[in-house]
Amino acid sequence: MHCLWCDQEIIPEVTWQYLLFPEPPRKICSNCERGLVLLAGKRCSSCSRVTDQGICNDCRRFENDSAWKNVLTFNKSIYSYNGLLQEMITKWKYRGDYQLREVFSYHFRDLFNQSFGKKQVVVVPIPLSEQRLLERGFNQAESLAQLLETPYQHLLTRIHGEKQSKKTRRERIESENPFQVLAQVSNPVVLIDDIYTTGTTLRHAARLLKDTGCPEVYSFTLARG
Amino acid sequence: MTNLFTSIHSFFNPTYDWIPQVVNNSKHELEESYPNRYAGKLLLQTEISLEQSTFTHLLSANYFTAVTAIEKHLFGHRCRRCGNQTKRMFASFPCARCGTTHVYCRRCIEMGQITSCQPLYYWTGPTPVWKAQEKACQWVGELSRYQKKASERIAMTMKRGNDELLVWAVCGAGKTEMLFDGIGKSLKQGKRVCLATPRTDVVRELLPRFHTAFPSTIISGLYGGSEDKDGNGQLVLSTTHQLFRFAHAFDVVIIDEIDAFPFHAEPTLSFAANRAAKQDAARIYLTATPRKMQRQKVEAKKLKAVFVPVRFHGYPLPVPKLQMDFDLKSALKNYSPPKSFFSWYHKRVNRQRQLLIFVPTIKLAEEMVAKLANTLNLDKGDAIHHVHASDPDRAERVQQYRDKKFSILITTTILERGVTFPSVDVVVIDAGHVVFDEAALVQIAGRAGRSPNDPTGEVIFHHDGKTTAIVQAIKSIKKMNQRGRKL
Repeated sequence: MHCLWCDQEIIPEVTWQYLLFPEPPRKICSNCERGLVLLAGKRCSSCSRVTDQGICNDCRRFENDSAWKNVLTFNKSIYSYNGLLQEMITKWKYRGDYQLREVFSYHFRDLFNQSFGKKQVVVVPIPLSEQRLLERGFNQAESLAQLLETPYQHLLTRIHGEKQSKKTRRERIESENPFQVLAQVSNPVVLIDDIYTTGTTLRHAARLLKDTGCPEVYSFTLARG
Repeated sequence: MTNLFTSIHSFFNPTYDWIPQVVNNSKHELEESYPNRYAGKLLLQTEISLEQSTFTHLLSANYFTAVTAIEKHLFGHRCRRCGNQTKRMFASFPCARCGTTHVYCRRCIEMGQITSCQPLYYWTGPTPVWKAQEKACQWVGELSRYQKKASERIAMTMKRGNDELLVWAVCGAGKTEMLFDGIGKSLKQGKRVCLATPRTDVVRELLPRFHTAFPSTIISGLYGGSEDKDGNGQLVLSTTHQLFRFAHAFDVVIIDEIDAFPFHAEPTLSFAANRAAKQDAARIYLTATPRKMQRQKVEAKKLKAVFVPVRFHGYPLPVPKLQMDFDLKSALKNYSPPKSFFSWYHKRVNRQRQLLIFVPTIKLAEEMVAKLANTLNLDKGDAIHHVHASDPDRAERVQQYRDKKFSILITTTILERGVTFPSVDVVVIDAGHVVFDEAALVQIAGRAGRSPNDPTGEVIFHHDGKTTAIVQAIKSIKKMNQRGRKL
């Protein structure tokens, strides 16, 4: 096995334990894995950002705004959005190195099961607009959702607009809701996306789902930007 | 059955017959700059900066031809852009564009994804015409007797085309100057010339020299992070990695440092270099330390060669001195050079010279800066710096060192070849380390004594046990000096 990121050969340490309970082959070498930092310690209970405050300022602003209050129950992110992860996401999402998603598969599945495993949830990847999908060739959120054992559903569509990453926070919050709901659900929903930056995209989707009768909406994302 | 054999054979021996020939030769209604901009390149549609409607028109009129980017073989694939054949470097993905799952190449993905529904486009319109130049080469300077002989051979090979020549010249023989005459004559004939070298630093160093020597020629410099991305010049100076976009583009291909690490270790680079050359191109290979395979080819007369055993200033190559250090390993643990280094340092013959220190690892280069500054009582920010491959300020540091802004530079093997500093002493710490192979050591020793004003420099190898590489390197330097004396 070679590391998916740096292409170094990964040589597993063969111990008695390894012989008796062989682990699944690793996709990334220990050196690169060290660069991926799992979010840990004191975090915002609403959006996973590392903070001492209990709930961070951005989330407080959302909760004080009647339009956004209680739309998203909470967001769970896995990694801190550091330089290495940024590079990986760029190569995976924009350059189109589809296979790189496997680097995240172990933690993605593990943390999902920890957070939502016991709940009866419906997994919904955030869609791309038709145009963006043709441009990119694949939907990164959907390809992450495929890593989970829980099956996923397409409940949303997206109307084409400018890239979120090109906008400021204010522009994002004030922008129109780009989503449309395809079907109703009565179970809680977990939205899947790659990065939680301001949380606006996810809240837009969540609000629509809630308006059509979904009891609760969570989100599960790869990185907290 | 024969099909099976050809399929297997072509997996191991890349062919280039898939590169399309000129289809539409009419210049009618065609913008004049197109052939020069697009000919000889394999491009993604996103890399062709034309309006969609213009592009569709050119494609339907066969000015562009789509080329399947990935070859399928009996047991694997080959990427036609980067030559990759490694199985793990291909992956498949479900494509939303065409609804099928297909293969893409992971090795050259930074240049944009290529799949079966994203072909590469090749210019099959009229061939580009370059402005004929009466006197392309403006370089004025004297060549030594041996340089002159080599220069003539090079010019002859370039003129004849469809031929190969190995130029075996010692470090500091003045290889670049030997090329000028031939390149000038080729440009005059309207030929397109490429000089490929494995290292970015070398392209950066050569570019201004070529601009002065060929002032009226359009010259492109291509390297990772260069401003010029297209390479539309008649003369292209490029790192070998940047050749991944070219196919049947050049009449003359010069490959510098044919033995250097990336070229030597990555078969994909020679795939790219061979593809970049036209079928009837002249190929010139430059080296100071040919690998065994090349030497055998020369001895078997399968490869023509010309030998330049003397430096351009006529002085012999400095022979490295060996220094056995029993404390080397313990010193390296503290990121410090061995004791003998300091006693040598305080009694150096010529203190005016700058000091170039080679270490085997990046970590060592970084840590040794502070250690040396401390022990030698030097100002860390002023007198001593380090460079390595992933250093963002590398180009700037090297330039500052060349301008004598500071006196000691600690480096990994990235500066082993190509770069010229006029007056340095060279020290290799832990010369027995595996990264220092024979070619690397010969090249490193060749950094000293490059200038006619200071043609001798000291070269010291610190080791704790001679390796074959050390012994062979010294033997080969002495042998070259001997050959130089005989002439």
